[in-house]
Amino acid sequence: MSGEVAAEIRTTHILDLAAEGKRLDGRGVDEYRKVTVETGYVASADGSALVHLGDTTVLAGIKLEPGKPFPDTPNAGVLTTNAELIPLSNPTFEPGPPQPGAIEVSRVVDRAIRAAETIDLTRLCVTPEEKCWTCFTDVHVLDHSGNLIDASLLAAVSALAHTTVPAKRFGIAEADYALDVQHLPIECTFVRLGDVIVVDPTFDEEQAAQGRLTVATDETGRVVAMQKGLVGAFSPDDVKAITRRAFVHGERLRQVAKGGGP
Amino acid sequence: MGSVGAKDVPVLLSPEGLRIDGRKLDELRPIHIEAGALHQADGSAFVEWGANKVMAAVYGPREVHPRHLQQNNKAVIQCRYNMAAFAVDERKRPGLDRRSQEISKVIAEAFESVVFAEEYPRTSIDIYIEVLQANAGTRCAGLVAASVALADAGIPMVDLLPAVAVGKIGGAIALDLKKEEDNYGEADLPMALVPQSGRLVLLQMEGHMTEDELAQSLDLGVTGCRAIYEKMKLALRERYSVAPVPGGSA
Repeated sequence: MSGEVAAEIRTTHILDLAAEGKRLDGRGVDEYRKVTVETGYVASADGSALVHLGDTTVLAGIKLEPGKPFPDTPNAGVLTTNAELIPLSNPTFEPGPPQPGAIEVSRVVDRAIRAAETIDLTRLCVTPEEKCWTCFTDVHVLDHSGNLIDASLLAAVSALAHTTVPAKRFGIAEADYALDVQHLPIECTFVRLGDVIVVDPTFDEEQAAQGRLTVATDETGRVVAMQKGLVGAFSPDDVKAITRRAFVHGERLRQVAKGGGP
Repeated sequence: MGSVGAKDVPVLLSPEGLRIDGRKLDELRPIHIEAGALHQADGSAFVEWGANKVMAAVYGPREVHPRHLQQNNKAVIQCRYNMAAFAVDERKRPGLDRRSQEISKVIAEAFESVVFAEEYPRTSIDIYIEVLQANAGTRCAGLVAASVALADAGIPMVDLLPAVAVGKIGGAIALDLKKEEDNYGEADLPMALVPQSGRLVLLQMEGHMTEDELAQSLDLGVTGCRAIYEKMKLALRERYSVAPVPGGSA
């Protein structure tokens, strides 16, 4: 297939460039693509955010519904995160049951939100053992041009930070109120291209990558989640260096998530 | 749908003959079409139509999956219409339900009627429609988006396919229903038109109207489709027009 040959030539080219500290789109090795966040994008959602990360576009929508607490956590609400890598977003995605890639994005995003205690789940409890809020975060990948994990979590936390609890609509309180967000985790993803480790990989860089590492940090200086993916390896020193870079980028991206603007 | 408790049916038509959003009976909601909205797709379009937000992408002609659907004399046209969980008031379970599958089928069949599929034997042309925010008329908005996306992908077709729903509200025939009108109205009739031939390639109806009302609805729908057709062509021109070269010859 000519497509496969072209992909191989592109991979070689990406690796050759990386050896000189260069990237196909002209970025530096520690440079993100342009990020924009537009909150309140979907009127039918209780909270939403459209994130552009270069050519990657991700839309997160939040829906809150009354539900029943789990028996083992009678004083807590329920939080679920789901990412859909719909076939609209990339030629390699096909309709059908979720592919492993989609499940990984869902779970890595969910893990960061949970581990960072983004939402205080006890505040989503209405009546212990009986009634609580179920908070659904649905992430829709619209344009997959690389680094879905970072874009998806950024969209999810931006949406959560701008969510209204529809308490009046469901007759639970007199008025709707803003969802209380106590921490804002940010995930930063890096890939190895030869001896060089670059941040925020494009789709083509992900195809060429020899290992991927995602580090989630929060504003209190904690690392809250990590995920190594793809075939490849990182040394402990690599991981330390990547974590340092993740804190620096995370600080900046968190301001973008809070502001809901560029 | 929409309402949580039992509520009174809203007044859909004022004594002056205006609708709940102030529109006249034959007035469309504002429509904005952007051709080429996505980077990975071979063709794409984003349509904002009233409070609807719909994205469409086209991939192909490419290999057929699953393989047994392959046709030796023409391309197969596959369509997937899907709605985001947060697109409606009450969260929808993610994934394709029976409604989505039916809509996918009638949209695919509408495009089979206009695409020169025989030009691409043993291939698939895949149309993906994602409803991000829904407010009645999403299949029509999806069709319009998909049609512009097909043109953006360079797929040869007889014509673009403008589409619109006509309905009956408060006893009157009205163009382009919004959510409340769709929920509480008496009838809903979505259609898609081939402007060149004046024929309809998608037509569905639910509700009740008389024979005269149906005839009136069809005429109103065709007029509406022709107005949308102009907007579709404009979106494609905007995408592909080259800025005039300073000092260049006309």
